[in-house]
Amino acid sequence: MAEDTAVEKDQPLADLEPMLPADGGRPDSASFASGGVIAFGDYARSYVAKVRSGDSGLLPVVIGLIVIAAAFQISNSHFLTALNLVNLLEQGSIFMLLALGVIFVLVIGEIDLSVGYVAGLGGIIAGKMLTGAHPWPTWMAIIVPIIACGAIGFLQGSLITRIGLPSFIVTLAGFLGWNGVMLIILGNGGTIPINNNVFDDFANANLSVTVGWVLIAALVVLYAAMLWQKDGRRRKSGLVAPPVGLTILKIVVVALAGIALALICNTNRSQIAIASIQGIPWVVFVVLAMLLLCTFILTRTRLGRYMYAIGGNTEAARRAGVNTALIRTLSFTLCSAMGGVAGIIYAGQLRGVSTNVDGGQLVLYAIAAAVIGGTSLFGGRGKAVHAVIGGLVVASIANGMGLLELSAASEYVVTGLVLLAAVTVDALTHRRASAT
Amino acid sequence: MDGIESEQVVAADAQASGGGGAGSRTPLLELRKMSKQFGPVQALSEIDLKVYPGEVTAVVGDNGAGKSVTLKTISGIHPPDGGEILWQGKPVHIRTPKDASALGIETVYQDLALCGNLDVVQNMFLGRERTRNHLLDENSMESAAAATLSSLSVTTLRSVRQSVASLSGGQRQAVAVAKAVMWNSKLVIMDEPTAALGVAQTAMVLELTRRLASRGLGVIFVSHNFNDVFEVADQIAVLYLGRLVASLPAKGLDRQVVVDYVTSGASSRNGSQLAHADGA
Repeated sequence: MAEDTAVEKDQPLADLEPMLPADGGRPDSASFASGGVIAFGDYARSYVAKVRSGDSGLLPVVIGLIVIAAAFQISNSHFLTALNLVNLLEQGSIFMLLALGVIFVLVIGEIDLSVGYVAGLGGIIAGKMLTGAHPWPTWMAIIVPIIACGAIGFLQGSLITRIGLPSFIVTLAGFLGWNGVMLIILGNGGTIPINNNVFDDFANANLSVTVGWVLIAALVVLYAAMLWQKDGRRRKSGLVAPPVGLTILKIVVVALAGIALALICNTNRSQIAIASIQGIPWVVFVVLAMLLLCTFILTRTRLGRYMYAIGGNTEAARRAGVNTALIRTLSFTLCSAMGGVAGIIYAGQLRGVSTNVDGGQLVLYAIAAAVIGGTSLFGGRGKAVHAVIGGLVVASIANGMGLLELSAASEYVVTGLVLLAAVTVDALTHRRASAT
Repeated sequence: MDGIESEQVVAADAQASGGGGAGSRTPLLELRKMSKQFGPVQALSEIDLKVYPGEVTAVVGDNGAGKSVTLKTISGIHPPDGGEILWQGKPVHIRTPKDASALGIETVYQDLALCGNLDVVQNMFLGRERTRNHLLDENSMESAAAATLSSLSVTTLRSVRQSVASLSGGQRQAVAVAKAVMWNSKLVIMDEPTAALGVAQTAMVLELTRRLASRGLGVIFVSHNFNDVFEVADQIAVLYLGRLVASLPAKGLDRQVVVDYVTSGASSRNGSQLAHADGA
């Protein structure tokens, strides 16, 4: 309230207007009620205002990604080869999937440290189902681990919301506990090999060149059609709408990204002449599908809206009649279920699960990816796409440092510094946002 | 009409001398012997209060007198431990904020209860989003929000799609009031709506409050500020240490009488002085 008063002192005239509409009102053209299409210049200005108020959008992190890629390319010319970029995508897919889950809990202002080992456990459940004398059908070995991981999240979320325990402690307990459960199932130094081709293909196989192009084209057309229809309808109904140019610009950017992805992945990246390796990895589409699903939940459903509301002001959400305990529990459930998806891909990539799963590193990289992408640790701010962009940054650092043959130790140091930088930016923008 | 206690005698006196007042209409909301405890603390004891449509009922009292608890009880945040709530003459149970809004009771909280990260439209529809095929219907919500803001002559917002964090205090108050009235609500509760505002914004909010009453809504207006109270209120209810000690028509009321009730729970000034104040 104190800060409100400070603001008013600056703008007494602006607030005088509504009570003096007859003698003091400005021309109505400035009124929001008329809505209408915003001019491109105004849009740019409001974007700058948004960046300053903490909603930075994707531009800074995309620029950061380009800088990182350029730096590694200068140090090692292999960085931007098709082979390495596809490797990077496959490595990064785990971080992206985990980060997609983590965003659900970051948006409500909580944290989940356990999701790395929950993912490992998901991989183990899949492995157990696919091996042995009577293996389960592959689709069951995909569905059941996701549900089981979701149940773990529901349990942890219930402890947090119903008893009121801090999420940091509950998920730290999960971090230790589920790691222990994993080790008990695997035995000392044990592994579960997975030799189910369909299952492993989700993480390792490539689509044929033609199918890859068709799928990318279909996705771009779908995106363009939906965006065009949505913005067009807003322009027609006189609501606040972006200019046509911006709609086209967005479509062009997405189309270019899709074409670049397809071109890179469809290049023959085999290092021997007789065999060819090309095509978009399945896992790229797994990540894209999950990205669409999470975006859908966060932006188009009441559940997502309430998650943002809880992250912004839990008490306001509660007073608005939102069942905050249920929504928060569902956030943890979705986070862990996404961990299950990541665990399945992880197990597929390694064609099995071993005691080497480092859930601690996984979860920290996932949180780093989400925060670097632009999701706030303070709650209320974040998008699913942040997970993917941030995951690319984290994977680029891990991959580039590997190419430079730097030790794992220095990789940890650099990733730690990048996380610290991202959190600092987050904290500074948060402070500025709450000061206005 | 049972449960009349000493304070209503005062009210009757005041009505007789001041004229006007509630008469025999059905109150929109009536509290009968409503009580609320928090652990060992008796926050409210046997509150009797009547709120009529088309009138602004001010609730005043010192810090800790029970103003906020009274509001939160009516709006379903703290369900009462004892007593009765009558809505348009019929007993009702208000256990959650949803129950309250289902009846048509909306509350503008002192802290406004807005989510800074959500935009104006999202805040106005929070908890009651319009959906189409189970998905959020943003366009319809945006049109309705803009229409409501216009009807309240709130025109300083740059866009209904800007985040509430970027608004000034007066604009936030306007959004909170618009949020409360857009649901065809019958009773709007305003908790210290002017506490954080400057002079110009206060005048705007008071005018908004009168506009609500003139639309036929009941308004409960909680405030510390006697200037504001006397400017908007039709009826003034005074709480003292969790009890309702007076309920008086504001017209012609001596300000000092209210001060006495607020500070000591009683007033030595009698009806003749009221009449005197009325005549002056």
